[in-house]
Amino acid sequence: MRCGVVVFPGSNCDHDVYHVLKHVLDQDAIFLWHEDTTLKSCELVVLPGGWSYGDYLRGGAMAALSPVMTAVREHAEKGGLVLGICNGFQVLTESHLLPGALRRNRDLRFECRDVYLRVERDDLPFTHRYRAGQVVRMPIAHGEGNYEHSPAELDRIEAAGQVVFRYVSPAGELDDAWNPNGSARAIAGVVNAGGNVLGLMPHPERCAEEVLGNADGLGLFASVVRGARARLAGAAR
Amino acid sequence: MRARVTVFPRKEILDPQGKAIRGALERSGFPEVREVRAGKSFDIDLGTEDTVAAGERLAEMCEKLLANTVVEEYEIEVLAGERA
Repeated sequence: MRCGVVVFPGSNCDHDVYHVLKHVLDQDAIFLWHEDTTLKSCELVVLPGGWSYGDYLRGGAMAALSPVMTAVREHAEKGGLVLGICNGFQVLTESHLLPGALRRNRDLRFECRDVYLRVERDDLPFTHRYRAGQVVRMPIAHGEGNYEHSPAELDRIEAAGQVVFRYVSPAGELDDAWNPNGSARAIAGVVNAGGNVLGLMPHPERCAEEVLGNADGLGLFASVVRGARARLAGAAR
Repeated sequence: MRARVTVFPRKEILDPQGKAIRGALERSGFPEVREVRAGKSFDIDLGTEDTVAAGERLAEMCEKLLANTVVEEYEIEVLAGERA
């Protein structure tokens, strides 16, 4: 699958994502520049982590208005696959391609550590290699990952099955002590209504090889590049 | 014409920064402070003297970029006549 990793000024996880797609999964991966106006035939677009535009104004706010995002929006609206990780998730909420917003962490600290996530859906192009209810471990590294939305909108996205990952205890239980940033309803990742745009705060690209001591994140990328097309049609609820 | 836009977290949303500042003020001898909400402000110089049109343009700026209206609200104050 042709995969494009968008590079914004300040992206710093772009090469990690490229490495996983190109060298671990043997895909046709390229970099896309924030000033590009086409996606160069990529089927998957990844918005990586980092500090795009120095996090000026709000994380992801400036990147959301960069030229490449017009093409990303058109791709998403046609059902194309888009994955936003950490700052990339912020870019997707700021672009209104995903619901909600990511605010300062509850305790105002930058959190850099492993967390446990419960996979809530395994019928998505991004998650079919996991099992619903499975607990996976992934690292986080962010200061603004506190997922917020109005209670009515939270109810709506829950009912629509748009919550894909939640912060949980190692046993898979919801527990505020295991919520690293105060996210509403422990939400760590959400998908759009069409099931083709996913954003999450944790970093699957940093745990996609056994040599790194953890390969729990590989399932996400492997889901996308192997068999995602067949699941796109059935992803929307 | 100059204008000042202030952006604050919505009242129903917890403002961890404001809460921390309130705690620090309390420890610094200001126990009477009940609440602090931390926001940001933008001083904007517009090339027009039409305050009505400027207000509309500023509201568009807030909706499109300056505020994230999912979690923030904004106020626009026109500083008529002042020059930077």
